[in-house]
Amino acid sequence: MASLITCPHCGQRPKEEFAIKGAALARPAPDAPQGEWYDYVFLRTNPRGRYEEYWHHVSGCRRWLVVTRDTASHAVEDCRDAAERAPT
Amino acid sequence: MRYSALSILRNGFARQLGWTSAWRFPKPKAHYDVIIVGGGGHGLATAHYLAKEHGITNVAVLEKGYIGSGNVGRNTTIIRSNYLLPGNNPFYELSLKLWEGLEQDLNFNAMVSQRGVINLFHTDAQRDAYIRRGNAMRLHGVDAELLDRAKVQSMMPFMDFDNARFPIKGGLMQRRGGTVRHDAVAWGYARAADKRGVDIIQDCEVTGIRRENGRVVGVDTSQGFIGCNKLGLAAAGNSSRVAEMADLKLPIESHVLQAFVSEGLKPFLDTVVVYGAGHFYISQSDKGGLVFGGDIDGYNSYAQRGNLAIVEHVAEAGIAMIPALSRVRYLRSWGGVMDMSMDGSPIIDRTPIDNLYLNAGWCYGGFKATPASGFCFAHLLARGEPHPTTTAMRLDRFERGYAIDERGYGPQPNLH
Repeated sequence: MASLITCPHCGQRPKEEFAIKGAALARPAPDAPQGEWYDYVFLRTNPRGRYEEYWHHVSGCRRWLVVTRDTASHAVEDCRDAAERAPT
Repeated sequence: MRYSALSILRNGFARQLGWTSAWRFPKPKAHYDVIIVGGGGHGLATAHYLAKEHGITNVAVLEKGYIGSGNVGRNTTIIRSNYLLPGNNPFYELSLKLWEGLEQDLNFNAMVSQRGVINLFHTDAQRDAYIRRGNAMRLHGVDAELLDRAKVQSMMPFMDFDNARFPIKGGLMQRRGGTVRHDAVAWGYARAADKRGVDIIQDCEVTGIRRENGRVVGVDTSQGFIGCNKLGLAAAGNSSRVAEMADLKLPIESHVLQAFVSEGLKPFLDTVVVYGAGHFYISQSDKGGLVFGGDIDGYNSYAQRGNLAIVEHVAEAGIAMIPALSRVRYLRSWGGVMDMSMDGSPIIDRTPIDNLYLNAGWCYGGFKATPASGFCFAHLLARGEPHPTTTAMRLDRFERGYAIDERGYGPQPNLH
């Protein structure tokens, strides 16, 4: 994976400053049916290729980010603040 | 050809010209009773036990690369059954018992070496947790032994016992644990299965799962369509991709785990040691190289290679445990793709599709499970019901609230 990640707030920073949470999934409504919650908590598409993840810039701005990355080549395509992410 | 001391002697006098290929390289037939996707340790073991235990020999194992090229040749070769939970322990103990008789069963030298596995503890609380685990093991009929500091020190005086932050206070030992020559496991199972009539088809990538009326009728592959009555998936890190061909979404993420070998050294470590303060496990191979590993990198990956941050992290944990390692040079490192499940435990189960069966979610503990995984998956494929030791390893356990979470991390695959 790239050693430097371009944080939208801090600029280019070493990858070690970030903690990776995992799949950037849209959280279901609190009263959504159990099946929807089960899908959100436990099931993953787990693609080989383009993947959106939540990253936490722990040693920087401490903002949650959405990083778009390729799981086979490890190339980082995009890094945005999670708040700016269009709801899916 | 049966391997024996006599066959070595006879071929020694015949200029080694009498050896034949250990398995055939057949073209796929049009139809098989059972097709297994994935020619790794688990897939090959499944084929072997299908033929041996259940008499089902019209079986094909499809491997997209060559056998032994995946995780069965990429692990740190450790076998053990020191599990806490009742859903796991009897299964891994079955596996260890199968390891103990493996070489006679396969007529193949897999170099099974029961040199013992020691898990170190560094605090009183950790000692109590290991006492609990050891008691759970003994209740299941598994050997477990608590070692105090003096005992561990007498066995491995070179460790940093008085580390200011993580002093070593003792360890939990399973003497029947140890290491196995991993490549030989793939080769031994392949040879034994082939001998009973199983077709091992290499360089054959599955590209689609064909279904009619809700049942699997066969698979599309790079060598054409192959029909089957039952389909078993044992694709490890690629489980999600194969399952997707049948429109299944699994509770699995693929992560990369790295392993390392040092330059060859004279013998100094005659057991497997697991550090208790970080995640680090080490043994010494018969060639003299130190074989060790640590955590997964922590992000989804299909790349079979990892990052330098983890290389450094693993080295730090190793040096904290054995300071002498600071002067040892890395010889090689490599990565494997792990099928990390949502509770750190595997899945051997039927799927919502009637004749499609799943063997996945091995996280990075799949190697030690190879014999039992094959044994139990063959049982499931042959009889349609789970083996008694795998009744908890169900695909729908997350939905029902019956996760088997050894460490209690919850559904966060990069932490298991």
